[in-house]
Amino acid sequence: MITLHDIHKYYRTGDQPLHVLKGVDLHIREGELVAIMGSSGSGKSTLLNILGVLDSFDRGTYTLAGQAIGNLSETDSARLRNRLLGFVFQSFNLLPFKNAAENVALPLYYQGVGRKERNYRAEKFLDMVGLSDRKTFMPNQLSGGQKQRVAIARALVAGPKVILADEPTGALDSKTTQEIMALLKEIHSRGNTLIIVTHEQDVANQTERQIILKDGMVATSHTQPQAA
Amino acid sequence: MALVDVDKWREIFSTLGRHKLRTGLTAFGVFWGIFMLTVLLGAGKGFQNGVIDGFPRARNTIFVWSQGATQIPYEGLPTGRFMQFTPEDVEAIRKEIPTVAFVRGQNSVGVWGGSGSYVVRKSKSGTFGVSGGFAGVEDINSMRVIDGRSINALDEQQRRKVALIGQRVRDQLFAPGENVIGQDITISGIAFTVVGVYRSTQDGNQQQEEERLYLPNDTLRKTFNQPGIGSFVILPKEGVQAKATEDEIKALLARRKKVSPDDKGVFGSFNMQEQFEKVGGLLTGINIFSWVVAIGTIFAGAVGVGNIMLIVVKERTREIGLRKALGATPGSIVWMIMQESVFITAMAGYLGLALGTFLIEGIAKLLNASGGGGRFFTNPQVDFSTALVALAVLVVSGVLASLMPAAKAAAVNPIVALQDE
Repeated sequence: MITLHDIHKYYRTGDQPLHVLKGVDLHIREGELVAIMGSSGSGKSTLLNILGVLDSFDRGTYTLAGQAIGNLSETDSARLRNRLLGFVFQSFNLLPFKNAAENVALPLYYQGVGRKERNYRAEKFLDMVGLSDRKTFMPNQLSGGQKQRVAIARALVAGPKVILADEPTGALDSKTTQEIMALLKEIHSRGNTLIIVTHEQDVANQTERQIILKDGMVATSHTQPQAA
Repeated sequence: MALVDVDKWREIFSTLGRHKLRTGLTAFGVFWGIFMLTVLLGAGKGFQNGVIDGFPRARNTIFVWSQGATQIPYEGLPTGRFMQFTPEDVEAIRKEIPTVAFVRGQNSVGVWGGSGSYVVRKSKSGTFGVSGGFAGVEDINSMRVIDGRSINALDEQQRRKVALIGQRVRDQLFAPGENVIGQDITISGIAFTVVGVYRSTQDGNQQQEEERLYLPNDTLRKTFNQPGIGSFVILPKEGVQAKATEDEIKALLARRKKVSPDDKGVFGSFNMQEQFEKVGGLLTGINIFSWVVAIGTIFAGAVGVGNIMLIVVKERTREIGLRKALGATPGSIVWMIMQESVFITAMAGYLGLALGTFLIEGIAKLLNASGGGGRFFTNPQVDFSTALVALAVLVVSGVLASLMPAAKAAAVNPIVALQDE
């Protein structure tokens, strides 16, 4: 599903370019649930941005769902994100002036899906994440766990190939963390490819594979039989 | 993306509604600009109507008269000669100047000097100036016939003893409400029938103009024993510059009267076209000035809108980043910001246009109720084309106001959505 080969990324700050990713090689299969871990400064966020087609890379090749990701225009990048990727954020990122169903429907809006169809699909995915009774609730009327469920429904609604979750449980208590992880694993069990960026070992332990970044390179990548 | 997108409009209302005071103050700048534009243009139109009303309907009339003695000896003739025009001169002008469409001689009594004529109606009387008239006199002078008719061609041909009288003459000779048309008056002891009453539309000299009577010119000449012609009233053909015809006529008269072409003070002349074009230039200048002031004000308002939109974009950076992460293209973000900006300017501008039109219409109604307005200000109005142009200015200013904020919004990096708050 995802293949990165010899990915390099530099940031130009001051006179010296900062070499953040130093030749990342990575392959993630379709339907895999992986965790990307690493300490601060390891290049974890940069890798996530590149995987999410939010940032470009300077060298190497990246193939996503069979499509080579090179120097795309901003418009092409946006369309590709909309079609192939779903995002789950640490701080949920729900629009405060839209209700739960409208937030879920947002990616469909950018696909040009009609209002009726958008509402139908949004409600279907809210049912799936267990929020059928919260469709018209505004974000400030929802708990942290419920907000993240809405965000997960939003990530799924456009039928992406890959879901990228950036610290999805970072803002939740341990009980809610388990609920969200259970939901993510259920989604994975339906055949979705999930990449979770986390610094929580408990969360990483629940994935099939942990990829650990160190100094801009993949240090280890090992499968966890207990989670598989 | 559809223009009538319920979600989009709900978002716009929601965004604007969260900062009512800020939105209101921003919109006020544009409102004021359009309000000013409407009022200035409406008032300008009123001024234009007032000034143009003061002109006669024929705006290219040429008047030529004898004004001074010769000062240059010419063809053996001495200096100090005064020119006296004759009916033959009228015919010569008609025949020899091909650009002349209409020419009449005009005589007068007590108009350009001397005392007027004593006019009696039963027990009432007064002394008034008398001018020679002709068919179409009401188009050549700044006047409107308000009762009866003007002098016509038959009056001229048959040298009828008819009179077109000014309304102040009527007021002095007749009782209020009395029927005037067909009544007899005596001018210097000779009976005339009143065929019409006029009012003057001339700026600044209305009272004096209305204390006058017009008789068919040949009737006047006969009545007052004036064998010569006092002056000429000429209308050039359509499309001919009055100044050219005026010069040709003066050259012809100089030849006929044996006056040196260099003797400039002998024949006096005036053409209405020059005056009208001067005033037209002034009116155009006022119009341009109104547009410049108003558009300047609108753009100042638009800059205010642009400023606020920049703040809005700054406030919504994270939201815009999120939208881009979820698939919003730069174009859709630009469109979103533009719609908000155009919405503020269009709404505020529409209100300004409506209130400005309302004010102008109110003034027009008040003026009409009080008798048609002042001397230089009549029937102010905002015409449809002005409203359309104002609307276009609005939309353009709304788009211009949004350009920079929209560009900023489109350049928001979607990575900001991934960053922790």
